[in-house]
Amino acid sequence: MSARTSTRRAPLLTVYAALVFAFVYLPIVVLILYSFNRDGVGGFPPRQFTLNWYRQLFADGPIWDSVLNSVIVAAGSVALALTLGLLAALALDRASFPGKALFRRLVLLPLILPGIITGLSLLMLAVFAGAQLSLLTVFLGHGTALISVATTELFAGLQKIDRSQEEASLDLGATPWQTFWRITLPNLKLSLIAAGLLIFTLSMDEIAVTFFLIGRDNTLPLEIWGRLRRGITPEINAISTLIFVFSVALIVIWYRVRTRGLGAEARELLERP
Amino acid sequence: MYSRAYKAFVSLPPLVWVGLFLLLPYALMFAHSFWAVREGVVVHDWNLQNFKTLYSNPVYFAVLLRTMRIAASVTLCSLLLGYPLAYYLSFHAGARKELLYQLVIVPLWVSYLVRGYAWKTILGSEGVLNGFLQYLHLTHEPVAFLLYSPFAVVLMLTHIYTPFVFLPIYASLEHIPRPLVEASQDLGAGSTQTFFRVILPLSIPGLLAGATFAFVLSLGDFLAPLLVGGASGTMIANVVQSLFGAAFDWPLGAAIAVCILIITISLLFLSERAEKRWSFK
Amino acid sequence: MSSAEANLTNETSPAPGALLEARGLAKHFGKIQVLKGISLNIASGEFLTLLGESGSGKTTLLRLVAGFEQPTAGEIWMGGERLDTLPPYKRQVNTVFQHYALFPHLSVRENVAYGLRVKKTAAREIGGRVDEALRLVKMQDFATARPTKLSGGQQQRVALARALVNRPQLLLLDEPLSALDANLRKQMQSELKALQREIGITFLFVTHDQEEAMALSDRIALLRDGNLEQVASPREIYSHPATAYTAQFIGQTNLLRGEIHRSIITCGNLRWPVEDGDGPAIFSLRPEAIRLCTDGKRQTHEVKFRGAVRQQIYSGASELLEVDCGGGQLLRVRLPASGPITGEHEFVFSLPDAIRVKE
Repeated sequence: MSARTSTRRAPLLTVYAALVFAFVYLPIVVLILYSFNRDGVGGFPPRQFTLNWYRQLFADGPIWDSVLNSVIVAAGSVALALTLGLLAALALDRASFPGKALFRRLVLLPLILPGIITGLSLLMLAVFAGAQLSLLTVFLGHGTALISVATTELFAGLQKIDRSQEEASLDLGATPWQTFWRITLPNLKLSLIAAGLLIFTLSMDEIAVTFFLIGRDNTLPLEIWGRLRRGITPEINAISTLIFVFSVALIVIWYRVRTRGLGAEARELLERP
Repeated sequence: MYSRAYKAFVSLPPLVWVGLFLLLPYALMFAHSFWAVREGVVVHDWNLQNFKTLYSNPVYFAVLLRTMRIAASVTLCSLLLGYPLAYYLSFHAGARKELLYQLVIVPLWVSYLVRGYAWKTILGSEGVLNGFLQYLHLTHEPVAFLLYSPFAVVLMLTHIYTPFVFLPIYASLEHIPRPLVEASQDLGAGSTQTFFRVILPLSIPGLLAGATFAFVLSLGDFLAPLLVGGASGTMIANVVQSLFGAAFDWPLGAAIAVCILIITISLLFLSERAEKRWSFK
Repeated sequence: MSSAEANLTNETSPAPGALLEARGLAKHFGKIQVLKGISLNIASGEFLTLLGESGSGKTTLLRLVAGFEQPTAGEIWMGGERLDTLPPYKRQVNTVFQHYALFPHLSVRENVAYGLRVKKTAAREIGGRVDEALRLVKMQDFATARPTKLSGGQQQRVALARALVNRPQLLLLDEPLSALDANLRKQMQSELKALQREIGITFLFVTHDQEEAMALSDRIALLRDGNLEQVASPREIYSHPATAYTAQFIGQTNLLRGEIHRSIITCGNLRWPVEDGDGPAIFSLRPEAIRLCTDGKRQTHEVKFRGAVRQQIYSGASELLEVDCGGGQLLRVRLPASGPITGEHEFVFSLPDAIRVKE
């Protein structure tokens, strides 16, 4: 039964909420603003509009090398995390085995542990295995840490699948393997896309774990970090602005994908009086 | 419905991977904490010296305490900012709720580094904030404590974790059936009483989840101190990081990391227990 | 003037014995006009039911009285004072919600005590009143239980106790029985009716189930598309429906449409004398008013017609026949259960049973 309702007003709370919003967005707005400022990063007010810093950015070779590295690592992480995450989600949803509870906790641990712990422990593994630190170690680190994101998202997606669809498929003569490819996977399409987008974004931005696993080739965050050690330039503002715009675009797409997938259920949840 | 082969097929690869890339590394870190370093080399000499050092060395202890204080401040501030925001969105935002929600989660996923860097440029002696204050003639020289201080670390981390704290609280609030709020008012309770008697108790699981998240992640943060903390804002994770870097003492570093790990897991465990006690299904 | 008509006119002075008065209440949400001008009086101690389909505005009307919505026009008065300007927590009105809305984090006892605690009632008094309320709904043994562990019917009783313990002037019930299964529902209906008689509090009850409304109410207010269609006692509304809609919504009926010409109404193959002027007319004839004509004779106040039985639906105590009177005119006839009936028969009904209704 849906009774129509109205929302009540609360002026003080509205102002406070607006202030919190401002707090969350202000630094980013300042950052973007100053990427166009001729006189650099500090001082107030910003005096002269210029695109110089962006021009400088686009001519900056090492930055774009690191962007390419980041993209490669991110793409790899998506593939790795989604594959293992899907299997883990299926295992959690359908199989029971000794130590399952422990397994679930372990998989989700990197999500809530500080990055330094994950990074250091993987570093120790690398040393133990005698591996050279490189983009490969970074890739393995990201992939491992982000399995948790994939598992969470895909597990939720699996819960929403109508089990009787798979039963119908088996009833009609398809093998479990065929059922997986024809029924289960298509139903998970939206979850996979959503998880993939999220993992990609997180991998591109990852810094804490990467810090300890990086070799000679930098990812973008580490490249920026290195420059910060040497001094602040508005060029960093420029690349940060671009990162921000890119991330926002990806996250908006991610959100749209996710809520489209939920469909009527989500709409009801969002409209509930 | 699922054959044993199916179940084995889906369970084994992630199990093996997790064992190899999560369990084994933690085990290695754990093992390292009992070893020692002699003449620049790690020796597998099993002892408890590292833990004794952590306990007895006043410098390390002070840093640990400072870290706890910072983490607590960040958690408190994030809650003070995030809870009212979530409450507003859930109960007073009406038709704009979905749009505002998107606006809140966007910064959540935008690079930590970008946001930390933004604060660095704002808080510095020649930064935007000082420039702004001087422009308004509110101050005549740069305010020093803004940057390279625990204050700056708390500020930056609060900024990072407010959306983190917002999410589970918002989810909790959304789960409160609106008729409960109406019932409370129907029975004579105004907005304030309704909040403290009905809404707050039912939102505790979300609140605990968010607070734990913020505290645990702040506790182990090493980047914020490096960006904006300066010498007075060093946190325990920085100590660990330097022990794995220039100060080369992997066993000691591992010991501290293990301590952080234990504190973290204990807090998560306690929080989960408390959340269960406060969820009324 | 029937009581229905009296209540449909705008009154400027409070009617004697009226506890609640709604005057010209209107409400719209955005572009949708949900209530279009409702004026209604509720007498003290009466059991009034707001009946209607979904979208008729009955729940919105209830929520206006409760205070969860503000009217876009009109006023509500209770006990001689303006009600609609008060927030819900200041009104002497309590609500039993459709899905009970019990607080999951409080025990049954604490749920019932909530309204008293909020008003800072003395602890000693709370204990006594809570026990009394629980005994009234027969839930005294469940005082320490959690609402989530109770069945639907039990939760409903607790919700009732929680509202009644505050001794409100008016109790609002928002389809409280709709979530219960059929047998429990019937049982709760009679308990509710008995309870209301016993404590004498005015009840404003919302339902879409017309049988429920007939069983429980002192008066029924039928809402249609935001307007009051008719307000009358169950017997009155059943035997003298004002409109075709009312006749069809409450119980079953045959709607006979025809033309009056020189004091004779002609509906297909049916024809009988009326006192009204010429023009189109609609008459409502209840299926149970039609009988089989066994003796071939016709009294002056009776109407006879022939018809072929097309369908027969047996329902235990009675049969419902679908009778073809020729020219595509189908009438429904309810007879006491008498075995299978087929073929052509003569049927008869009394003139007063054909009630003229408006469109």
